[in-house]
Amino acid sequence: MAEHQVQATVNGQEVTAMVEPRLTLADFLRDRLRLTGTHLGCEHGVCGACTVLVDGAAIRSCLAFAVQMQGCSITTVEGLTPDSGELTDVQAAFRAEHGLQCGFCTPGFVVSATALLAERPDLTAAEVREGLSGNLCRCTGYQGIVRAVQSVIRSRQATGSGHEAEAGTAQAEAGAAQAEAGTARAAGVTGS
Amino acid sequence: MSGETAARYVGARVQRLEDPRMLTGRGHYIDDHVVPGMLHAAFVRSPVARGTVTALDVSEAREMPGVAAVFTMDDFRDVCQPTWSTITGRDPNALPLKPLADGDVRFAGDPIAIVVAESRYLAEDGAEVVDVDLDAQPPVLDIETGLRSGIVVHPEIGTNLAAHIDAPAEDEKIFADAAYVVTETVVQHRYVAVPMEGRGLVASWEPGRGELTIWAATQAPHEMRSYCARMLGLPEHRVRVVMGDVGGGFGQKMFVTREEMAVVLASYLLARPVRWIEDRAENLLAGGHARQEQATVSMAADAGGRLLAARVHHTENVGSYSTPGTGSVGGGVAAFFPGPYRLPVMSFTNQAVYTNTCGRCAYRGPWLFETVAREQMMDVVARATGMDPLELRRVNVLTDDDLPYTSPTGVRYERISPAKTLEQAAGLIDYDGFRREQAAARAAGRYLGLGLSLYVEPIQTRGVLGSEGAILRIEPTGEIMLIMGTASHGQSVETTMAQIVADELGCDPESIVFLQGDTAVTPWGPGTGGSKTAVIAAGAAHLAAGKMRDKLMRVAEHVLEVSASDLQLSGGRVHVKGDPEAGASFAKLAEAAYLNPAALPADIEPGLLVSARSVAPPSTLSNACHACTVEVDVHTGEVTILRYVVSEDCGRMINPMVVEGQIAGGVAQGVGGVLLEHMVYDAEGNPLTTTFMDYLLPTACEVPDIEYGHVVTPGDTAGGFKGMGEGGAIGSPPAVINAVADALAPLGARITGTPLGPPQVLAAIAAAAAGE
Repeated sequence: MAEHQVQATVNGQEVTAMVEPRLTLADFLRDRLRLTGTHLGCEHGVCGACTVLVDGAAIRSCLAFAVQMQGCSITTVEGLTPDSGELTDVQAAFRAEHGLQCGFCTPGFVVSATALLAERPDLTAAEVREGLSGNLCRCTGYQGIVRAVQSVIRSRQATGSGHEAEAGTAQAEAGAAQAEAGTARAAGVTGS
Repeated sequence: MSGETAARYVGARVQRLEDPRMLTGRGHYIDDHVVPGMLHAAFVRSPVARGTVTALDVSEAREMPGVAAVFTMDDFRDVCQPTWSTITGRDPNALPLKPLADGDVRFAGDPIAIVVAESRYLAEDGAEVVDVDLDAQPPVLDIETGLRSGIVVHPEIGTNLAAHIDAPAEDEKIFADAAYVVTETVVQHRYVAVPMEGRGLVASWEPGRGELTIWAATQAPHEMRSYCARMLGLPEHRVRVVMGDVGGGFGQKMFVTREEMAVVLASYLLARPVRWIEDRAENLLAGGHARQEQATVSMAADAGGRLLAARVHHTENVGSYSTPGTGSVGGGVAAFFPGPYRLPVMSFTNQAVYTNTCGRCAYRGPWLFETVAREQMMDVVARATGMDPLELRRVNVLTDDDLPYTSPTGVRYERISPAKTLEQAAGLIDYDGFRREQAAARAAGRYLGLGLSLYVEPIQTRGVLGSEGAILRIEPTGEIMLIMGTASHGQSVETTMAQIVADELGCDPESIVFLQGDTAVTPWGPGTGGSKTAVIAAGAAHLAAGKMRDKLMRVAEHVLEVSASDLQLSGGRVHVKGDPEAGASFAKLAEAAYLNPAALPADIEPGLLVSARSVAPPSTLSNACHACTVEVDVHTGEVTILRYVVSEDCGRMINPMVVEGQIAGGVAQGVGGVLLEHMVYDAEGNPLTTTFMDYLLPTACEVPDIEYGHVVTPGDTAGGFKGMGEGGAIGSPPAVINAVADALAPLGARITGTPLGPPQVLAAIAAAAAGE
C-alpha cells in the first residue's frame, strides 16, 4: 500500500514518518513511536482507553488515522509528565483515591480527565460523571475515579483563581519541562 | 526468636505501589511486549452456529504479502496432544479442547484457521481471503432444546448433557405440612467478564534451546505452563510463562483457551515468535461467556416464616467449548444455596447443557447463581407470608448462637457474621426511613424499591488452590525482593504483600520490590482468582517474612554482639530496643551475611534468602449484606439506583482501600449485569452484541456512590485475613433485582430474573396490567 508522509509534534517532539493511509493514530503511537501508554480496549471508539490530546482536544486515537495528523500537536499520557516519575495533580489524585486497579483503562481516563478539567474547572459531581462517561473501566466501579476528579476540582479551587489559567496544566507544565515545541501544545490544551 | 515490630502498614489505606507506572503510561501489558522477529496472528472464524466444513482453501491466503503461514487443524493434529487444567484435573466427562475447528463448526466465532503474518494488518488481510465453505445446520441454542432435540453439539460425546447432579431429600411430609409453599422459576441471562484488555500472548519456540517461552495476559502462569507442556509433550521446565501487567481478567484469563493453544502451536511449527492480541469483537464473540442458567425453586416455610425446606432444580447453558472442564458450576450452586440461613432440608438437581454458543468460562463468583436465586426466593417467601423482607431474613439468619453450623449440603459455617452485616446494612440504608419515603412516593405516583441480599462467600482454597509460595531475598546491598507465585492483575497484590512483609521486617513497603508471574523465577502458584489472595498469598508472605526476620536477628546477634531478646526491627534496621542508633542497617547485615561468610558462626547459613509455602485452613468464609434502593420509571422502564450499601466482613483487612475497591468493582459488574449487559444470540445463533455499542457496560453515570460498612470477624489464617474479591459481584445482582421487584410490587408485576433493561421492566408492568 502506498505510504504518505506525515509531520506532527508528539509530546513536544517533531516527528516525521511515512505511513500507510490505513495506519491508525493509536497503532502509529504504539508501534512506531513505542508510546505504549495509549491502550486499545475496543478499537471502535467506545471505551476511551486510547484517548489522546490532538491540539488540546481529547480524541479516540483508534478512530483517527496517523495520516490525518499532518501539522497537529499530539499529547499522549507519557507527555503529561516528565520522566522524573512525578505525577500531575490528576494522576496523584487517582492514586490517592484508588482510581485504578488493573490500570489498563487508566491512561485514557487520565487524559480525558485532564482535558475535561482544563475545559470545565468547576464541574458538579453529576457533571464529572457525565464528563467521564465516554471512558469505560471494568475494575473500579468508577468510585475512585469520580472521587479523584472531584478532589482535583476542590484543590485547584482552594489554591485560588490564579491557578485556573494554569488549568491546562499538568500538560502545559509537562510541555515546558520537556521540549521547545511544548508551548504550541500548551496553547492547544487551553482550548485555543 | 523475638524481634517484634509494630503493625504500621497492615490495616492502613496504603497507596498502591503499582500506581505510578500505570498512571504515567509506563505499565507493561502484553500488547506492549515486543520480541524481535515476532509474527502476528489473526483467526478465521465461523460465521454460523453449527455446520460442516465442506471446503477449506487457504492457498490464496498463503500467497498474500507478508503472510508467513496459515494453519488449520490438519496442520496441528500430529503435534497437539490432549491436555487439561491442573486446577480441575482431568475431567473424564469433558472434551479435550482442540485449538481449531475439526471438520465442523460448533458456534458462531469458532476458530477455523490461524493466519500468521508480518503485521496484524497483513494477518487480517490474509484471513479475509481464506475460503471456507460451510454447510450450515440448525443449532441448539437453549437449555430446553439442548435437552430434548436430537441435535448434538459434540458428536464425540453423544449427548448435550455436559454434567448433572441428583441429590434428593426426604421432604414430602415437610412440604405437605408447611404453612407456606412457594415455587418460582428464577432466570439469569448470559453476561460476560469483559476485562478492558482482551486475551493476548506472544509464544516463542526456540528449537535450538528446546525452550518454549510464552509471554501472556494470564491469571495463572503456572497453569498455562503445565497446560502447554502437556499439549506439546515438553518437560515442564522447558516451558516458561511470563506475565507483565495484565488488564483485568475476572476469571476469563484463568484457563488456557483454544486461540492461545493455536498461537503456541503456530510458533512451535514455525520456530518463530508469534503474537496474538485479541480484539474486542473477538473477546465478546469467543472470549468465554458466563452466567446463563436458571432454577425452579420451591421453598417451604412455617407460619412464622421460618424456612423448612428447599427444592432446587438448576439448569445451565454451558455453550460449546467451555473452560475448565464442562463449565458446569452446579456443585458450587448446590453447596452454597442454603446461604447464611438455617435451612434444615434441601434437595438439588442439576443439568448442564451444551449448546451451539460460545463456551462458558469462569467469571467472578462463577457459582453466584446460588445467591441470585436464593435471595430472590427470600423475597418471594416474604411476599407470600406477608412479612417484611428484612424481618424474614432476621427470622432465618444464622446468628452467633447458631455457629458453628453445618448446612444440609455439608458446608460448615464458622467465623462469619451474617446477622451483624444484615443489621449494619439495614442501619446504613436507613431501612425504616426508606420504607416511609417509599410509601410517600407511592402516594405521589412514584415507584421506589429496596432490595436486600445476604450471602456467604466461600474462598476457593480446595485442593491445589490451597497453597502459595513466597521467596524473600535481601540482596548483598540490603535491598529487599519478594518473589511470589501470584498473578495479580488489578488486585493490588504488589502492595498488600509488601504491607505484610514491611510490618514483619520493620521497613517501608516502598523498599520492597515485588516480582511475580515468571515461572522460571517464582515459586509455583495456583494463579490469582477465587478470592484466595488474602488467605494463601498473605499466608506465604507472612511466613517468609517471619523466617527472614529470624534470620536477620541471628545475623544481627553476630554483628552487634547483642542477644536477640534485646533487639528489634524498625526503620530498615535491627537495633537495640529503645535505641535506634545502636544497631545495623539491612545493608550492613547483608554485607556480613553475604560478603564475609567465613566470619559467620558455623550455625548461620550465609546469605539472606528464605522461602515458604502457606497452607490454607480447611475452609475460609467471608460474608456480606448488600442493600440497594431504586426508582423505576414505569413509563420508560428505566431503573435508577438511588443508594447502594455494602456491609462486608472479610476478617481483618490488609488494606481497607483495596477491599472497598474490590467491592465496588464487583458491584458495578452486578449492576451492569442486571440492568445493561446482555450477550444476545438471534434464533439462528448469530451473536448480536459483539461491540460496545451493543453490549452495554455501565459507565460512571450508571454506577452509584457505594457506601461501605465493615464488620471484622477474623479468619483462621495468618493475620486473620479472609478473601473477598468476588463478593461484590455475587451480592449485587439480587440486591438490584429485589429492589426493582419491590418497586413494582404495588402494580402486581412479577420480576423473576434478568435481564432487567427497560423492555423487560415495561413487559412485566404490561403483563401485570393485562392480569397475566
